[in-house]
Amino acid sequence: MNGLSLRLDCPGENDFRLQLDCQLPGTGITAIYGPSGSGKSTLLDCVAGLRQAAAGSLVSFRGKRWLAPDALVPPWQRRVAYVFQDARLFPHLNVQQNLDFAASRRADDNGASMPQVISALALEDLLQREPAGLSAGQKQRVAIARALLSAPQLLLLDEPVANLDHAAAHQCLACLQQLARQLDLPMLYVSHDIEEVSQLADHLVLLEQGRLVDRGPLLDLCGRLDTRLSREEQAAAIVLGTVLRHDPEYGLTELEVEGEILLVGQQQAPGQSRRLRIPARDVSVCRQRPLDSSILNILPVTLTQLEADGEARVMLRLALGAQYLLARITRKSASRLQLQVGDRLFAQIKSAALLMESADQHE
Amino acid sequence: MSAAELDAIYLTIALATITTVLLLLLGTPLAWWLSRQKANWSALVEALVAMPLILPPTVLGFYLLLLFAPDTALGSAWERLTGTRLAFSFSALVIGSVVYSLPFVVQPLQAAFQRVPQNLLNVAATLGAGPFDQFRSVVLPLTRRSFVTAASLGFAHTVGEFGVVLMIGGNIPGETQVLSIALYDYVESLQFAEAHRLAGGLVVFSLVLLFLLYRRDRQESWRVQA
Repeated sequence: MNGLSLRLDCPGENDFRLQLDCQLPGTGITAIYGPSGSGKSTLLDCVAGLRQAAAGSLVSFRGKRWLAPDALVPPWQRRVAYVFQDARLFPHLNVQQNLDFAASRRADDNGASMPQVISALALEDLLQREPAGLSAGQKQRVAIARALLSAPQLLLLDEPVANLDHAAAHQCLACLQQLARQLDLPMLYVSHDIEEVSQLADHLVLLEQGRLVDRGPLLDLCGRLDTRLSREEQAAAIVLGTVLRHDPEYGLTELEVEGEILLVGQQQAPGQSRRLRIPARDVSVCRQRPLDSSILNILPVTLTQLEADGEARVMLRLALGAQYLLARITRKSASRLQLQVGDRLFAQIKSAALLMESADQHE
Repeated sequence: MSAAELDAIYLTIALATITTVLLLLLGTPLAWWLSRQKANWSALVEALVAMPLILPPTVLGFYLLLLFAPDTALGSAWERLTGTRLAFSFSALVIGSVVYSLPFVVQPLQAAFQRVPQNLLNVAATLGAGPFDQFRSVVLPLTRRSFVTAASLGFAHTVGEFGVVLMIGGNIPGETQVLSIALYDYVESLQFAEAHRLAGGLVVFSLVLLFLLYRRDRQESWRVQA
């Protein structure tokens, strides 16, 4: 009961209806993922109270009822801050005044302090600037700072980095991740970009045409074959590893994943726990460990599941210790190798992207 | 300048000032309501507000005169409450002017309010600002200039009022004889020198006011952006 419980029936434009009934966690970052028009923003609007849901809808957070047949808490009393895709800074106020707008209306002093937020989002040099003169990335950082300064109980983010260039987006995401941990502030993060989601999210909610189709811990959902994610072209498993050391001679970093060593091309400080995103199309399998392959990362795995993926391809779910890899191979290869569930195989990993430092618990 | 003329000037300024203050008080919520209203029937309210723009002032004055008569509900209630007659009083002029100048205040405000993005109000709401707070701290600062426009137009239009005043105010010096009526009197009695003084003064006043408004619109490049 300390999370967010939703029972929503919310009409939108052109026959669209958001209809779902679920409990979302009250901690960490929950990503709402789905294609455009799947109802992601409608969901956030209903949580914020900016959109009217049909009678019978329920919204409650940490046991407090925000929307019920006999209760309606207006948006300004929900203590939910909302960061939109467009920063929506107040044009008549400069950056400092935009921040003050939020800080002066906060309900209590438990949230982040002004100096803390200004430094976390690197706004020191922008405080006296007018919003009109800021870049998209700067505006969005101000918008995030402003949201945090209202001392929210829940932070809603609607594709906050969709309009930013790669570097600005990366900076924003890193700030968000750090803040989520420091402030212990639950966030609902709407995105249609699975890479963003893989960086940030602890939990994942998959929406499709206004319905919730799946939800669960991100690492778990990404490593399954029965979700919509595994059918996407960019399907990828996410595994956790610990940075062991950097090899300066070849410019590679060694990570330990389930007792195995994985090499990646980015330099990282040892000891960190890291998420690795391994695209299914960059994983192939063989029965014997290849001795003369150019591929460095070859890990012993067990085939646990095999699913047809279109006419020509199959998806494999490969257990690596307690974690899973996905591999997309041709149906012809699967048949030639006579792959069976339970087979011991070697996964050749052509690429693995190291994601931002993660707070995941290694179980 | 004669005492009667000074009286008329004072009366006109008092009438226009009181009318403008009342119009801002009444027109602001009305304009806000109209700007956020999506229902079709609110167009009827909009049409009613705009009526004085196209109706001959005498039509308005005629109906107001009937309304102010001592035997109507309004007229008799007024007499009971104040002990004075409403018809042909300064108060009648104020009421008439408020109705007559209403569109000049409501329309610029409504247009300005409509340009305030709902997005910004939603942000303000999620940051803890209630409706009145949103209006005071977001809408007002973004539409301040339109308030100046609305007040100026309301004031100037009231100064230039003639037909309604003639119908409901009569021509009582020091009570209801405003500038435009005094001017009419001068012309009627062929006192053209005096008429010139008042007419010329009104022309200069209106020109200067409008010039100042339009010049400000040119200079300022305030942009409301989401």
